[in-house]
Amino acid sequence: MTDLTSLTLADARERLRRREFSAAELAEAHLTAMEEARALNAYVLETPDRARAMAQAADARLAAGDARPLEGVVLGVKDMFATKDVRTTACSRILDNFLPTYESTVGANLWRDGAVMLGKLNNDEFAMGSSNESSFFGPAISPWHRRGANTPLVPGGSSGGSAAAVAAQLCLGATGTDTGGSIRQPAAFTGIVGIKPTYGRCSRWGIVAFASSLDQAGPLARTVRDAAILLTSMAGHDPKDTTSVDLPVPDYEAAVGRSIKGMKIGIPKEYRVEGMASEIEKLWERGAQWLASAGAEIVTVSLPHTKYALPAYYIVAPAEASSNLARYDGVRYGLRIPGRDVADMYQNTRAAGFGKEVRRRIMIGTYVLSAGYYDAYYLRAQKVRTLIKHDFDQVFAAGVDAILAPATPSAAFAIGEKGGDDPVEMYLNDVFTVPVNLAGLPGISVPGGLSAEGLPLGLQLIGRPFGEETLFSLGNVLEQAAGRLSPQRWW
Amino acid sequence: MSVDPETVRRIAQLARIAVAEHEIEHLRGELNAILAFVEQLSEVNVEGVEPMTSVIPIEMRKRPDVVTDGGIPDAILKNAPAAEEDFFVVPKVVE
Repeated sequence: MTDLTSLTLADARERLRRREFSAAELAEAHLTAMEEARALNAYVLETPDRARAMAQAADARLAAGDARPLEGVVLGVKDMFATKDVRTTACSRILDNFLPTYESTVGANLWRDGAVMLGKLNNDEFAMGSSNESSFFGPAISPWHRRGANTPLVPGGSSGGSAAAVAAQLCLGATGTDTGGSIRQPAAFTGIVGIKPTYGRCSRWGIVAFASSLDQAGPLARTVRDAAILLTSMAGHDPKDTTSVDLPVPDYEAAVGRSIKGMKIGIPKEYRVEGMASEIEKLWERGAQWLASAGAEIVTVSLPHTKYALPAYYIVAPAEASSNLARYDGVRYGLRIPGRDVADMYQNTRAAGFGKEVRRRIMIGTYVLSAGYYDAYYLRAQKVRTLIKHDFDQVFAAGVDAILAPATPSAAFAIGEKGGDDPVEMYLNDVFTVPVNLAGLPGISVPGGLSAEGLPLGLQLIGRPFGEETLFSLGNVLEQAAGRLSPQRWW
Repeated sequence: MSVDPETVRRIAQLARIAVAEHEIEHLRGELNAILAFVEQLSEVNVEGVEPMTSVIPIEMRKRPDVVTDGGIPDAILKNAPAAEEDFFVVPKVVE
């Protein structure tokens, strides 16, 4: 029998239905692979008992010919998603041993459709980071090495555990969250596919809140088709999230393989940033050629406020985070460090419970929202955000179907390489992904090829609001041209 | 704009995060690096621009103002660091 962990999600689903192997066998193969790959630190909690019980239930449905859309498909869940009776920490010490009494809506949608949970995946603490190094559980490690080297590399972040697990075949797909690039950047770094849908497409209910006006859930998977299958189950209206959109969910899988002939693809000139690596530039040109060969029309477009996206983001996101994270006070759940009085307890708890990056962002957010500074920082940033969204609106109004850009300014870097003294160095990683969150648009990252050092590079497609189907069709064309990327196993 | 040590102490106090005296200078440097970076926004002309309030133009749905949940004190208190009967327990608040 072929190695069950190397199948695509679509293949595994098909072969489960044909009863070529059981959901229990599929789960077992993955649980073994997870055990063997603990060096990657991709999972912060393995849930083998739950996986086996869910697989058994799936096998009963399969035997009865009553399979649901994801029957028996094994998935990993980012630790930002509340999982009922399964420890959920956002990879922060402050949530300690939190056991939710409820399931996130996105998670519940996946289980409703028959998927099987393998465990909880590593991420940057509260999803704040681009390398997964800020996790309380230690960094997740990329399954990729530079050619001829064994320096440990970051899988990207914040969905670093999700990306590492999918790339290393420790699950068929995983959930992620993306506030400024946290699905697309790790997908690019590990040679897989990740999509951040339009704001409002997936419910945020039961997901640990970071920056509520930017956060969106989405899938990471090894193929465009697999990502489309997962998003079809994850998306949908939820009355428990007032920002969730009540629009029918298309069958995204049906968009994979659809012709892109005549589509207009914008190349934003402002994304050609100063000092851009020549291999990134080449990747981008190659991507445009692939789309052109499939019948798309390539046009140059302008998004004039692009350079202000990162600074606006680093006001808006910390401001919302400082407000959202005010709830962690050591009273109702999570860590508590005693103090002389209640205020002292709050301060001690929050000092011990939050890591350095989270503390930094809470403090920046507190400052920009404080009396006398609100107008100068937060209000101005929200106005700049309007301008950034307007840039995109103009481009789409001119008939552009999607925008093509690199996903990241470089390939993956080494653990400990960035963000030492200057936090901004790490923030610059998100230069191509952040504008998409500020404008609430869908964005997909698809592997585009390898760097000179043998590391994956990703291409990003940005769509119109609710234009996910277009992104899947275009992403599939890129995937067909670039081919799949897989790391050499060293763990 | 840049912050001085006194402002760092004030922000920490507002954020309810205890910061040791020896950390102040380092934190000040980090916060100022971020503030210097976001300073670029001051060159954008935002006159007459409405601040973003909702990124997707949807009308917020409202529901009838009725109780839809409740009667689950055990679930509410399940993760409490300290609880007695149906209450969270905290250190003394009023002197």
